[in-house]
Amino acid sequence: MDHHIKLPEGSIERQTTTLNLGPTHPATHGVFQNILELDGERIVSSEQTVGYIHRAFEKLAERRPLYQITPITDRLNYCSSPINNMGWHITCEKLLKIQTPKRVDYLRIIIMELARISDHLICNSIVGVDSGAYTGFLYVMQYRELIYEIYEEICGSRLTTNIGRVGGFERNFNATAFDKLEKFLREYPKVLKEFGDLFTRNRIFMDRLQNTGGISAERALNYGFTGPNLRAAGVDYDVRVHSPYSSYEDFEFSVPVGKTGDNYDRFLVRDQEMWQSLSIIEQAYKKVQEFKGADAEVYHADVPEFYLPKKEDVYTKMEALIWHFKIIMGETAIPKGEVYQSVEGGNGELGFYFISDGGRTPYRLHFRRPCFIYYQAYSELTKNGMLSDAIITMSSLNLIAGELDA
Amino acid sequence: MAITNSYIQEKLTEKFGEQVTSFEETYGMLSFESPKEINLKVLQFLYDEPTLSFQFMTDLTAVHYPNQKGRELAVVYHMHNLVENVRLRFKVFTDVNIPDVFTASKLFEAANWMERETYDFFGINFVGHPNLKRVLNVDEMDYFPMRKEFPLEDQTRIDKDDEMFGRG
Repeated sequence: MDHHIKLPEGSIERQTTTLNLGPTHPATHGVFQNILELDGERIVSSEQTVGYIHRAFEKLAERRPLYQITPITDRLNYCSSPINNMGWHITCEKLLKIQTPKRVDYLRIIIMELARISDHLICNSIVGVDSGAYTGFLYVMQYRELIYEIYEEICGSRLTTNIGRVGGFERNFNATAFDKLEKFLREYPKVLKEFGDLFTRNRIFMDRLQNTGGISAERALNYGFTGPNLRAAGVDYDVRVHSPYSSYEDFEFSVPVGKTGDNYDRFLVRDQEMWQSLSIIEQAYKKVQEFKGADAEVYHADVPEFYLPKKEDVYTKMEALIWHFKIIMGETAIPKGEVYQSVEGGNGELGFYFISDGGRTPYRLHFRRPCFIYYQAYSELTKNGMLSDAIITMSSLNLIAGELDA
Repeated sequence: MAITNSYIQEKLTEKFGEQVTSFEETYGMLSFESPKEINLKVLQFLYDEPTLSFQFMTDLTAVHYPNQKGRELAVVYHMHNLVENVRLRFKVFTDVNIPDVFTASKLFEAANWMERETYDFFGINFVGHPNLKRVLNVDEMDYFPMRKEFPLEDQTRIDKDDEMFGRG
C-alpha cells in the first residue's frame, strides 16, 4: 500500500516523532511549513519549506513601468507596506537622479515611522498572543486602526497602500490626516506605556521569552540578520543611521540594542523602537509645520516625465495631456544604470537591486527581503528547544509570508 | 578613516592583478568582476583582509544576459563592511551551458538560501552547496523561470477561454 504515511527512514528506531507544523496552522500566522523531528516536546531537528505564496514579483516587474511596480511592493511585507512603497520610490529617484523637496522627505518619514509602529505593534502583540496574553493584542489593535485611517486619508487604502508616487505624494495631506496624526501622537504614548507595563516585567511573559530562540551577534551577522532581530543580538546596524535616505540625517533618535538576541530582547528592541519612531514622527511633524506659504503646499518634486500631472491640467493643457498619456502607457524610457538602494523596513534592510538597460521597464529587479534571509536561521534557533518556544520564536522573528516568498 | 573605493580597488589589484577587472563606480558603489573560478578567493580576501573586512553578505542574486555569448549569467554579490559602512558589488559571469559557480555558503550562512533561490530561478549550479534544491518553486519544475527566454504571458492573446477573468 503506497498511500500509507511514510515515516522518515530510521525514525522508529530513533523513537522520535515527525510533526508537520504548517503550511496552514493557526500558530504560524502565515503560510510556512516546518517539518519538525521531535523527541517528546523537544525539537531534535527541523526543516523549513517556503514558497507557498510565491507570486513571481521579480518576473512581473520586468514588464511593468515604474508606477505599476509600486503595488507589487505593497505585498512584500504587508504589515508595513508604506515602507516598501517609499523604498521603491526612493530607489527610482536614485536611478533617475531626482531630488525630492524636504517637505516630501518629512512627510515620507511620518508615514514610514507610522508603518514601523504598526509593524512592531503587530509583532509584539502577537508574541503576547502566542505566550497566552490576548488582551494586549486586542487593545493596541485600535491604534493600528488609527494608523490605517491616516493612510486612508492620504492614499485611500489601508493594508496594501500603494502610497506615494515617484517624486512625492499623489496629493497633499488633508486636514483630517493631520488631525488624526495629532490624535495618534496625543493618545498613543499612554497606550504604548500601558502595553509595555502589561508585558515587560510580567513574570510569566519573561519566563516564556528569556533564553529561548537566542542567537549570538556573530552568528546573526553570518546569517545576514538585519533590523530589530540583529539589533537584539547587540549589533547597532540601522540603515536609517548608516546610509540615511529621505533626510533621516535631520533627525535625532537612538538605536536600541539588545544583548542576548533571544525572544525577550527582540521584544524589548521592538518596544523601544516604537518609542523612537514616535519621537521621530513628532520631530517630523514639527518640521512639516514650519513650512510657510507656498513651501507648505509642496508635496512632490518637479518631474513631469514620471509624476502624473494634475487632472484639470490634463483636460486643459496639451503638454500635461502628453505626459499623462506617456506615463500611463509606460512610454517613458528609464535611463541606463544599475542601482542598489535599501531602506530600514519593519524587519530589516529591505533592498532593491534595480538594473535598467535604458528601456521602459526594469531589465532586472531584485528585492532583498530580510525575512527570507533570516528565516534560514530558524532551524538553529529552535534546535533543542521546546515546541511551544519555537512558536514564540517564529512570531518574535516577525516572519511575514509575503516578504518571505516575494 | 573611511576606506575609499579607490583604496579597495588598489588592494584588490595588488592581490589579484589582472584577474579583477571592470572596476566602475555607479551611484557611489564600487563594482567589479572576476573570473568565476576565483570567486571564493576574492570573497575570502575581502573577508580576511583587516583593512577591508567585508564580512556581511547583503545580497546574492543573478542576472541573465542572453546576448553575451559565453557569459550569459552573472552572479552578483553585494558585500557590506558594517564597521566602515562601505558597500561593494562583485560579479562573476558564467556560460549558461556550464553554469557552475563555487558556493559561498561555507563562508556565509546567509548565502545558503540565497543561492538556492538563485539556482531555483536561474539554474546556477553552486558547486559544493550542502542542499541545492528549489526553494520557492515546486520541486517538479524543469525550467528556470527568471531566464529571459521565458517571457510573461502575451497580454493580447485571445485564445484563452477564461470567463472568470474577462477574456472569454
